[in-house]
Formats: sequence, C-alpha cells, structure tokens
Amino acid sequence: MKNNKIFYFVVILIVAIFFVLLLGLKKEKNYSPQSDLKKLNNSISLKELYSGKNIFLNDLLLTNELNLINIWASWCLPCKAEHPYLINLNVKFDINLIGINYKDNLDNSKKFLSDLGNPYDEVLVDSDGTKSIELGAIGVPETYLINNENKIIKKFIGPLDQDDYENIINLIKK
Amino acid sequence: MKKISLTVLILIIITLYSSISFADKKKNIDHITKNLRCLICQGQSVYDSQSDFALSMKKLIRIKIKEGNTEDEIYNFLKEKYGEWVVYEPEVNKNTIFLWGLPLILFIFGGLLIIRKVSIK
Repeated sequence: MKNNKIFYFVVILIVAIFFVLLLGLKKEKNYSPQSDLKKLNNSISLKELYSGKNIFLNDLLLTNELNLINIWASWCLPCKAEHPYLINLNVKFDINLIGINYKDNLDNSKKFLSDLGNPYDEVLVDSDGTKSIELGAIGVPETYLINNENKIIKKFIGPLDQDDYENIINLIKK
Repeated sequence: MKKISLTVLILIIITLYSSISFADKKKNIDHITKNLRCLICQGQSVYDSQSDFALSMKKLIRIKIKEGNTEDEIYNFLKEKYGEWVVYEPEVNKNTIFLWGLPLILFIFGGLLIIRKVSIK
C-alpha cells in the first residue's frame, strides 16, 4: 500500500516536471524587449555628427510632440531598407527624429545621409556602442518611440516595416 | 646608497601594487561578463562572445568599474535595461521559486527515502 503511494507520487512528480519542461520549450527563447514604460537615462551624452559637439540626449527630446530615436549605421543593410519610412515620417508628420549612428566610419555615415537623404532632426554618434547599451539596444537598426515624459513607449528591434510605420503613425495621431 | 635602495623598493612596491590591482580589475570584469548573457548569440556569455553587442557591453562594464560601480550595481543597471534575462543566475522571486526550490525538495525527499531504507534494514 505504502509502496503504491510512493509510486503514484513519483509518477505525478515526473509528469509535473515533464509539463514544466514542455512549457519551457515552448517559451520564446529570443530576447524580446520589456513592454513596461522605462524613463530614459538622463546622463547619456553623445557627439553630434557634423559639429562634434557633446549633447545630452535628453536635451533633444521635445515635450510637445513624440520623439523617435533610430539607431543606424551606414554598413547596416536593413538600415537602408527602413530609411524610406523614416524619410516619410519626417516629411509627413510632426515627429522629432533623432538618429544615433552606431559604430560607424563618420565619412561613410555622412555619405549615407547625403545619398539617401537625411530624415533626422539631429544625428548623434555612438562610436563604441556603449551609449546604445545604456539605451538598452542590442544592435542596429533599432527604433524607440518616446513620449513627452521621456518614457520609451515602444521599441522596434530590427528594420521598420510597413506595419511598424502604420503603428507609429497611429501613435502620432492619438 | 640607502636612498637608491629605498627608491628601488618603493618602485617595486608601486609596480607590484598596480599589477595586482590591474589583475583584480581584469578578474572582476571577467567574472561579471561570464554571468551575463549575450542577447544576440544564443548559448554564449558576454565573456565568450566577440559580437558587436558583447564587445560594447565589455567596454561599458570596464567604464562602470572605473567609475566605481559595484558588481551588483552593474547587474541592476543592465537588468533595468534588458530585464532579468540578461543575467545567468536568476534572482529568487515568485517566478523562480520553483526553479530554486525543486532541487532542494528532491534532495530532502531522496534523503528521507535513503534513511528509511537504511533504518528498515
């Protein structure tokens, strides 16, 4: 009788462990950004691409419109693919667009903007990638939508596509 | 003569001290980066990875240590940016209590079984 109880207990335990592991297998393994609102670190300072002047990122954020921070590089092909969306956003909507040039050759990045057009209101330089880590980025391209309280309300990892573009427009119109 | 030997002694002490503190810092950076997950290269720590992300992370940790941040402060800073997932050793909280508790439960249960078997004999 006692042996039976132990047997059933062990079987139930094994089945429970099996289901826990099964759930673990189905869980998303890739890193996905947290959805809760995070305030931007106000001590992040970067150099401006053209003047080389040090600027605090927070000083560039506007309180009367949405801010979009886009991390990009001239060597990054997906950045080229999302570039037309950024140009459209800048031309058609009231949005403060800040570009952060990631680990790039400055001449190449200037050429990239002169060839494809400059959608940014300000372009900053993160030459060693540490500032992007402070922002919570994992690579390029990455785009953050920031509200008037300097909080990140949406993160887009990877190049912006049509869905993301429409998503941003809806948030601007809100 | 005494002055020269004293100067040499001081120089040796300074060199030894700086090399020991450099080694300590290096050990500290290695220890921290081994406990951080490289978020773009599955299965590798920041220490193991040579990806752009990991290299920038190592550089930032070096800067943070230089600024006087402690190991815990660095983990907390990165957890705030990337979530609990960035650290290999998860904290004990309501989501991880089963993970931490199960081995202990199994250990106690197994121990009790062995004690009972032995006492019956």
